[in-house]
Amino acid sequence: MLCLLVATAIALIAVRGLLASIMLTSVYGLLSASFFVTMDAVDVAFTEAAVGAGVSPLLLLLTVAIVGRREAASNARRLVVPLLLVTVTGALLIIGTLDMPSFGSPDAPAQTHVAPRYLQQSGDEIGIPNVVTSVLASYRAYDTLGEVLVIFTAGVAVLLALAPAGQGGSARAEPPAPEHLAPHTILQVVSKLLIPFMLLFAFYVQFHGEYGPGGGFQAGVIFASGIILYGLLYGLPTVCRVIPPPVVEVLAAVGALIYGLTGVLSLLAGKNFLDYSALAADPVTGQHIGIIAIELGVGIAVAAVIITIYYAFAGRLHTRED
Amino acid sequence: MLSQLPLLPVLLPLLGAPACALLRRPLAAWVFSCAVSVLALAAAIALLAATWQQGVLSYALGGWAAPWGIEYRIDLLNALVLLLVSAMGAAVLLGARASVWREIPEHKRTLFFVAYLLCLAGLLGIAATGDAFNLFVFLEISSLATYALVATGRDRRALVAAYNYLVMGTIGATFILIGIGFVYMLTGTLNMADLAQRLPAVGQSRTAFAAYAFIVVGVCLKLALFPLHLWLPGAYTRAPSIVTVFLAATATKVALYVLIRFSFTVFQVEYSILALPLETVFVVLGVVAVFAGSLVAVFEPDLKRGLAYSSVAQVGYMVIGVGLGTVAGLQASLIHLFNHAIMKGTLFMALAAVVLRLGGSTYAQMQGVGRSMPITTACLLLGGLSLIGVPGTAGFISKWYLVTAAADREQWLLVLLILAGSLLTAVYIWRLVETAYLAPRQSPASIAPRALEAPAGLLAVLVVLALANIYFGLDTRLPVQTAGGAANGLLAAVLP
Repeated sequence: MLCLLVATAIALIAVRGLLASIMLTSVYGLLSASFFVTMDAVDVAFTEAAVGAGVSPLLLLLTVAIVGRREAASNARRLVVPLLLVTVTGALLIIGTLDMPSFGSPDAPAQTHVAPRYLQQSGDEIGIPNVVTSVLASYRAYDTLGEVLVIFTAGVAVLLALAPAGQGGSARAEPPAPEHLAPHTILQVVSKLLIPFMLLFAFYVQFHGEYGPGGGFQAGVIFASGIILYGLLYGLPTVCRVIPPPVVEVLAAVGALIYGLTGVLSLLAGKNFLDYSALAADPVTGQHIGIIAIELGVGIAVAAVIITIYYAFAGRLHTRED
Repeated sequence: MLSQLPLLPVLLPLLGAPACALLRRPLAAWVFSCAVSVLALAAAIALLAATWQQGVLSYALGGWAAPWGIEYRIDLLNALVLLLVSAMGAAVLLGARASVWREIPEHKRTLFFVAYLLCLAGLLGIAATGDAFNLFVFLEISSLATYALVATGRDRRALVAAYNYLVMGTIGATFILIGIGFVYMLTGTLNMADLAQRLPAVGQSRTAFAAYAFIVVGVCLKLALFPLHLWLPGAYTRAPSIVTVFLAATATKVALYVLIRFSFTVFQVEYSILALPLETVFVVLGVVAVFAGSLVAVFEPDLKRGLAYSSVAQVGYMVIGVGLGTVAGLQASLIHLFNHAIMKGTLFMALAAVVLRLGGSTYAQMQGVGRSMPITTACLLLGGLSLIGVPGTAGFISKWYLVTAAADREQWLLVLLILAGSLLTAVYIWRLVETAYLAPRQSPASIAPRALEAPAGLLAVLVVLALANIYFGLDTRLPVQTAGGAANGLLAAVLP
């Protein structure tokens, strides 16, 4: 698996056409996702498969469709200094791993200091079987709030950069234009069968995150992928009628606020920020309620931001074609 | 509510940003952002007062004790940086209206304020947290928001500047993340205080060395320490005026804070084999930065770009203080961190007014500006004098403590170089005086007809900032004592 990753990375550097390198990026994403699965990090694999292999290559493709597929030739002489820097960095990385405890070693500091409490106590303190969710959604819930805000910031940044003028702050698509592409009948039929299951699976991942791998991030990206697939096959105007861009933008903010206000509720109940035990008489029940609430916020925010970004990119392409 | 105080300066803008996004009207978004940032400032002031009275404040997020949960740990250093960032954040925003309305197209204004609040929240979050990974998360928030803000600059070159900054900044952030990953591998913890206890046992390992190297290089990219400063002049020049004021007054300061926090609290470099070479590296790079930055600033035809290079030089002074490795050196560095924010805040705010009225900030455009915009130019000059370090201004206090710290270590060459650096600053400030007051007015067609003073809101903030230069030049208690206490606290663990 690692060899395949390295081979893909080298091919990515060697290949000159932008289209080919985007495809390789997608392959790289899929390989990483599989690699994460073999490392038992299924939660990360979910996200990587949807974002790394799906959404981000798609955004790159949309960009290339706008700017063209040829790379400007670069001057080989100017590569000496960067090469040197990369070599030094690589050497430093290898030096860093020399004293590394062997993989999976039970004596590694990462296994013996903070982790035991998560593994042994989280069942009693939080009461859900998925320890990863316990850590992300409760012990280190503030980091997760930060991550949601990072994603929200990304959405804001894309809108700031790509929002066309005169449309009230949103990358709104034009009224439905006549389709000048032949409809992809086969793909449309297949996707009609597929998309409901994708969306359903997103909800499953959302609400099953406490028991198995998954949670708001994964559910959000899967849901968004379903919507984006619909948009790809039926055209931007159609998908914009299903979920209008202004609604998605509001939902992104609302998702982040649901998370934040869950924390504020515990503040108002006299406990610390994001201390869910304040949300119910029984602390463990409170943890349950809190985790469900914030995961919902995460799911809404992530799905909304990814769809917003897709709208912004696709909207650019759409205005260009007209 | 008092027990929640450590959280409030960060939480207010953090949740204020998505709430602000729900407001459709730009004016409402501006008023809302101002209210949020002023409240955050009030919380930061109360927090500094509480830290003076009660010492270190700890706040367990989610109610989980560190190292299992995330901790906000506020000592004098955190409180000082929080106060500085929130004060500059609020001041800049209060004066921002006219400039934003002029430079940002209407459909982007609401999002502009959202991004501004996110950037503020990110910077404050970095300064408040006691958790290494949490620091990275907030670094990401502030960085992404900064790239977006820079990209909203008026001409398309802003996009290139933002892209350069994005590439460099992302490399920096990745390096920091790699470093944090290494220390987690070594110690199994992410809490800074806990790291500080557990790192000495493994401090001699190659992994610890690599971790520190990655973090220092990553932070220095963010700090724009020479030779990693290449993103800064473009970003500062092309960003909207208001963004430049805010970034110059806060972003590099927070990066310096991170450098100090990791070097002295987490890694306690004084203990390790790194101490000596690292001090030399910091002092040498600092001196080179002072001269390289100042020399470019002298020959730069655009004042805004010149002042951006001057920021590279000023970062040099701060890093020299860190490199001295003594309490006095650190204190000088922190005082300069504080004072430089005020100086550059004044200077870039004045330039925001100039750009608003004259449409640009090249020396050619500013000929005779002293007559058409007397108050703005006076403030600009005051900021410039402070930058040189003229007695009676905040800049003098900075230089005085830095020179004293260098003299304590008997590094006479360094003393000489610091003073020579000030002379270079005087050269480009003199050029400003010449342009603003002494140059003959150009033919009437080439200057903006009847350029008047900026609107009252901007002007009021500018005057307050300019007077702060004098105030902190005379009454030095706040920065000097807080910085002294913070420096003592940082080195108490490592000095006998």
